[in-house]
Amino acid sequence: MMTNPTGRMTQGQFSFLPDLTDDEILMQVQYGLNKGYAWSVEYTDDPHPRNTYWDMHGHPMFDLADAAGVMLELKACRQAFPRHYIRLMAFDSTRGVESVVMSFIVNRPPHEPGFQLERMEMDARNVRYTTRSYATHRPEGERYAD
Amino acid sequence: MATPLYSIPSANLATPATPATHTNATLAASLVAAGAALSHDDAVAQGPRSVGEVLSQSQVEAVMDELDRDLVGLAPVKSRIRDIAALLVIDKLRGAHGLHAQSPSLHMCFTGNPGTGKTTVALRMAQILHRLGYVRKGHVVSVTRDDLVGQYIGHTAPKTKEVLKKAMGGVLFIDEAYYLYRPENERDYGQEAIEILLQVMENQRDDLVVILAGYADRMDTFFQSNPGMSSRIAHHLDFPDYGVPELLHISEAMLGQSGYHFGHGAREAFEQYLQRRQAQPHFANARSVRNALDRARLRQASRLFADREREWSALELSTIAEADIRASRVFASAA
Repeated sequence: MMTNPTGRMTQGQFSFLPDLTDDEILMQVQYGLNKGYAWSVEYTDDPHPRNTYWDMHGHPMFDLADAAGVMLELKACRQAFPRHYIRLMAFDSTRGVESVVMSFIVNRPPHEPGFQLERMEMDARNVRYTTRSYATHRPEGERYAD
Repeated sequence: MATPLYSIPSANLATPATPATHTNATLAASLVAAGAALSHDDAVAQGPRSVGEVLSQSQVEAVMDELDRDLVGLAPVKSRIRDIAALLVIDKLRGAHGLHAQSPSLHMCFTGNPGTGKTTVALRMAQILHRLGYVRKGHVVSVTRDDLVGQYIGHTAPKTKEVLKKAMGGVLFIDEAYYLYRPENERDYGQEAIEILLQVMENQRDDLVVILAGYADRMDTFFQSNPGMSSRIAHHLDFPDYGVPELLHISEAMLGQSGYHFGHGAREAFEQYLQRRQAQPHFANARSVRNALDRARLRQASRLFADREREWSALELSTIAEADIRASRVFASAA
């Protein structure tokens, strides 16, 4: 396929690599904790690249010392949304930074159909382009059902 | 895609049996190939073989000695901590031989009267367990009922889980744990917190150690109404009350820490003070000693303050005189 060569959505860190194992995720999380970041778990079933704000699962986790706590929340999220996209985000609260500094996908649907490129013909031979996920023709919560 | 090109240290930690057999195999191969004897490097690769090696690697002895030196009395508590430390060391040795080392349950319950050192020992416990490699971080998260139990439906579970997540890799110290269960109110949310706690205590034994603390009689009623909690706690440690000589020892250590010392006759006066104070209600062992010493310091300060013209030496400024202690209300009421 031209538009979806790997059959995988690529967003955030490590998204061109094979899926991280739980041990690898644990190491990344611990790296972030050692740097003082606060982790949070987010999920969505709308893979559109402009869908920036996903739904948060639980609270952001401040003041953690060990990655096992984040893994606990991730496990709970995977149980609740086994076929959603789930990502971990690390927030750096350093003054002047105060933004998300790490973000990577840790769970994806078994089948990702990719995106359609839509062309809208305007006046004077202009064309407008937009992308739409093949998965989102169904309502929220029912996408990636099987 | 299935086999990564790099090694993950945590993966080895998770399954201690596998790398041990693996090193055995490579070791055997190198022995066959070179016909060489066990060199020192091979022994290190295989892990420690003697108790001394583990102790020197973990420096747990320093913590234990510190415990002996800094904490007065508490003989049964210290001996139990030594037992636990010994078990963890032996488990390490077993692991080095590829023997199955089941991670022991280390959840504990500290019971004892106020001021007997439950919190202090909990802090030390975290240090010891960290040195032995049983907990990964060795920090203590100290909470009470308010930190675990919410105020409305659906508030408790996230609150408890948040605390548990913070305590992962360390020790969760629940002070006055019997408050968690309020039998007089059957819709109390404490029960919910207890259930979440039990679940994590059972499933994530490697990730955190829970220490409950409270007064003996109330903890007994707490365990009677929560048998699941009692059976999941392997170590019930009872902190005995201090005797007068031990309290005197503690008071001298406290004074020493803040740069004071007893003057002539003050030690004897304080001994008498302790004997009388012990007979009175609300005696809280080391905590009462601390309060009494704080008041003695106040009296010493105002005694020195009253003499405006005199120049005080360092010795006089750091001496608690007999009069400072005799002025206590405890002596007044007895006279």
